[in-house]
Amino acid sequence: MNKRRQALKTGLALGAMGTMSSLVWQEAQAYDKAAFESKTWQDALKALGVATPKESSDVVFLAPDIAENGAVVPISASCALPGIKRIIFLVEKNPAPLVAVFNVSEDVLANFSARCKMGQTSMVYAVAVGSDSQAYMAKKEVKVTLGGCGG
Amino acid sequence: MTEPMRIKAQSGAGQTTVRILMNHEMESGQRKDANGKTIPAWHIQDVQATWNGKVVMTAQWGPGVSKNPYLQFFIKGGKPGDKIAVTWTDTKGESRSDEAVVS
Repeated sequence: MNKRRQALKTGLALGAMGTMSSLVWQEAQAYDKAAFESKTWQDALKALGVATPKESSDVVFLAPDIAENGAVVPISASCALPGIKRIIFLVEKNPAPLVAVFNVSEDVLANFSARCKMGQTSMVYAVAVGSDSQAYMAKKEVKVTLGGCGG
Repeated sequence: MTEPMRIKAQSGAGQTTVRILMNHEMESGQRKDANGKTIPAWHIQDVQATWNGKVVMTAQWGPGVSKNPYLQFFIKGGKPGDKIAVTWTDTKGESRSDEAVVS
């Protein structure tokens, strides 16, 4: 617990080197343990305080149809709607579906690429959260021929 | 011990593309060792990027992010010579910061 606190302090100290507003912006984005421990993707979103997302073609989500190696699945999502605050990736059938939360500031595009692990074939979701707390999503089923989470 | 990140930041067409390759085991907490004992989770949980000292992006990651994580994002604007710094903190409280100059 102490280490976590230390980490938070370090993060805040770094933030303080920026502007005051960025410090406030950052403080609102502390690590959400409950969300990352949620067992379903819907619960994870709820824990993050995100409304039930509606499917939208404004969320552009790229993922492979078939992942030969579930340990490294490239994913990418962008949303051109104004005022997007967060981009969230979730893998429905992973033991912990919430993969990553990216917080968008006014200085970056709502466009992130990363790589995730998948234990088995599953639906993968990209959720974009707007400033009005509206949530938009795109989904895609990725077939996994070799899992990435097992032993 | 932490190993350095590889950060590439390239400006062009009014934006800067930042690509980062981090070195981290990203142990999920799901795997078992040879004796059937669960290997405890150990992964990066917080990521922060600054542009000339200003925080422009933060992220929270779970164990579902791949080993040796890759991340790409875009800064609105940016020019050669600008400084990009990236910091991660993992579940053991270890952290690492690396810097790159925009080309």
